[in-house]
Amino acid sequence: MARGLALATVLGAIWGFVTATVAGISATLVFGVNTDMTSSAAMIAGIPAAVGHQLARDFGFGGRSSFIAAMVIFTAVLFALTGFAPLGLSLIDAPITSGATVSTLAALTIGVIAISFHGKDWRSLNRYRIEEVVGRTLKGLGFVFFGSIVLLPFYAMLMTSFKKQAELLTDPLDYSINLTQGFAALFSSYIELFTTFDFGRFILVSTLVSVSTVFITLAASIPGAYAISRLRFPGRVTFSRSILLIYMVPAIVLVIPLYAVFSQLGLRDSLLGLLIVYPATTIPVSLYMLQGYFRGLPSELEEAGLVDGCSRLMVIWRITLPLSLPAIASVALYVFMIAWNEFLFAFMFIDSPEIFTLSRAVVSLNSSEVPRQHLMAGAVIVTIPVLVIFLWFERFLVQGLAAGGVKG
Amino acid sequence: MTGERDAELIDASKRIGPIARREMRLAYSMLFPTVAAVLFVVLIPVLANFWISVKPVELADLRAAKPLVRERASGDVAKAGDAYQIEYRVRSSSPKDPVFDVALTDKIPKGLNVVKIDPLCMTEAETIKCYLGTLEPKKRQSIKVTLSATPSYFESGADPPKDTKPLITGHAPNALTSLEFTFENFRKIFDASEFWEVLWVSMVYTVFGTGGALLLGLFAAQLLMTAFPGRAFLRGLFLFPYVSPVIAVAFTWIFLLDPFSGTMNAILQQTGVTSGPINFLGKRGVALWTVIAFEAWRYFPLAFLFILARMQSLSADLDEAAEMDGATPFQRFWYISLPQLVGILSTLFLLRFIWTFNKFDDIFLLTGGASGTRTLTVNVYEQAFALSNLGAGAAVAVLIFFMLSIFVFCYFWLAPKEEGM
Repeated sequence: MARGLALATVLGAIWGFVTATVAGISATLVFGVNTDMTSSAAMIAGIPAAVGHQLARDFGFGGRSSFIAAMVIFTAVLFALTGFAPLGLSLIDAPITSGATVSTLAALTIGVIAISFHGKDWRSLNRYRIEEVVGRTLKGLGFVFFGSIVLLPFYAMLMTSFKKQAELLTDPLDYSINLTQGFAALFSSYIELFTTFDFGRFILVSTLVSVSTVFITLAASIPGAYAISRLRFPGRVTFSRSILLIYMVPAIVLVIPLYAVFSQLGLRDSLLGLLIVYPATTIPVSLYMLQGYFRGLPSELEEAGLVDGCSRLMVIWRITLPLSLPAIASVALYVFMIAWNEFLFAFMFIDSPEIFTLSRAVVSLNSSEVPRQHLMAGAVIVTIPVLVIFLWFERFLVQGLAAGGVKG
Repeated sequence: MTGERDAELIDASKRIGPIARREMRLAYSMLFPTVAAVLFVVLIPVLANFWISVKPVELADLRAAKPLVRERASGDVAKAGDAYQIEYRVRSSSPKDPVFDVALTDKIPKGLNVVKIDPLCMTEAETIKCYLGTLEPKKRQSIKVTLSATPSYFESGADPPKDTKPLITGHAPNALTSLEFTFENFRKIFDASEFWEVLWVSMVYTVFGTGGALLLGLFAAQLLMTAFPGRAFLRGLFLFPYVSPVIAVAFTWIFLLDPFSGTMNAILQQTGVTSGPINFLGKRGVALWTVIAFEAWRYFPLAFLFILARMQSLSADLDEAAEMDGATPFQRFWYISLPQLVGILSTLFLLRFIWTFNKFDDIFLLTGGASGTRTLTVNVYEQAFALSNLGAGAAVAVLIFFMLSIFVFCYFWLAPKEEGM
């Protein structure tokens, strides 16, 4: 009983605080309403609510009625502690909004507390049950934590691109956008980027560079991967092991010599230079991923082809390639994403705005003369294709990532 | 071991004869593009760093000095015998390097005779050839030639004399290929007062960035271990920081963490966690931990993915048996799950350690290496391109290469073999 009381107190306090804080911040970030933070009040309100919830169950109330009882306790305490204006919503001025918001918050809080307890009888808590409750609470907190650290930056990026510099400076918490202002006003940053900053061209350049990188990489790595996985030759083991080493060479170490040589050969400020460097960095990754896949294919099929009089190259073309299309597709997408996201070489090599890649163009927006929303709009433009590809082909890509062919 | 097997294979190829040899030749030709690309863009540049690091070469030296010439013509040729002057003005393109063996040639237009010529020049057939020898930097040299018109000039209606462009040649020592060596670069980087700080920052960043990413990844994997509706969606969402372009997320975080108009500071102040704004990326001591947190945020998805895959492949028997015996959830995690994850965790740690050590983009974009966040990789950029001393930059790169070799050696020595990475 004492253990149960302590556990209910702690859970009530934690969840009261967390739900109120998250709800308050979310309300500000999404709707722009500037709520007074009632986190500490909610933390205190959570304690009697959690204890009351358990007590009500003790007295033989059903699940639903004890839930409602706890909600009532939470709401009442919260109102009392905040002078009947929790979250800045006065019960007297706006009774419906205030009441609805607070009961939603109460339902949310009691809900997570109930899930954390999950029907455990609080009078007979042993170590096992306490750990289960604690574990579930930690999981819940984990979801809140990871959800917010992942969503917040992307949400902020997207919303900033629709706002105006002045609005951003006056209230950095208010990400609400006025949807009634019309298409042109809402998308003004994007329109600006495509008209005065020539982003259409950069998209084209980035696409050209990334797609060419994919083709060059595949053209070099498919035969290479095949040779390593199927053919016998001296040095094969050494070779397949040393591919991994190439992963570990940092790009910054290559920059100085390549910069020096490319400057003298006139390749530095040119897309050709990028098309030499990008495939060289992606070929080892691609080769490693493909050779793993080729090894998994049954070699009997190829042997049958050889016996029937096909040459090696015909066997690769007619048998191996069609069988490994899924792997090739995922490698292609993966290489595309690497080339699309690449920043260092584009930044070091490309000076002429006519041949900026998107990454390079976004860096050039980072100046005090360009307003923040333009830079964020640029960031959205460079991110969207990658996320779309990723979400669309997630199954493929995750397999590729997990196959160990990852550098980042 | 490897060598033995290779030797065996060579023996085998000798024994088996032409078919094996053909296979070998095919394999080599199929590997050729890969080898060529890696050789020219990765291996040779890595070695080139050693060369550049012992040379006194600056960014400006990359453009080798060239002789430049401008031609001026004066005089009006109206009738035979009229004089026509040409002046060639020659100078070196570099303000600090001389150009050697400078020679100039120009065509004499038809119908014009050379009357007077600079002692450095001579006429040969229809061309003027001048040998200027060494051209000192910042010095201009002028060569004058006087021509006179012959009657045939007017008959043929030849081109005005200036139309042929003079050709100038000469060579300047290329700073990269010269045989001048120095240890100044290494002395400079090791003597610099901030060197030990850079090294320390690098190690702190690498260790804590890697550890943070792994811990977050382990935690995230626990969350998505059991099936529930929306799990696939959350898994995709958790990978966002990793797959998004660094340029986009870095700038977003810069704005979020801004001390005056950043959302983070606004949230912290509104919830009463801090009373005043924190300059997350600009304050010494804080900035390093901010970039470490960014590293952990950006790369936890990778650890998460690997750990989740490993956890899902573990057999449930052991866990169930422990549960039957009354082990509590935390005991099961600590004594059953975690020991089975040690392999993947240590492999991930070593691999991520190396990649975090190599990381440049993230810190460069977030702080540019200011406020005590300059790692070795950022120092390469700082020395070579901010201070324009390519040699010193390459010297830092050489140091990175050596440290990396040690780490890679440790990786292959320590990494559990069964993880297959």
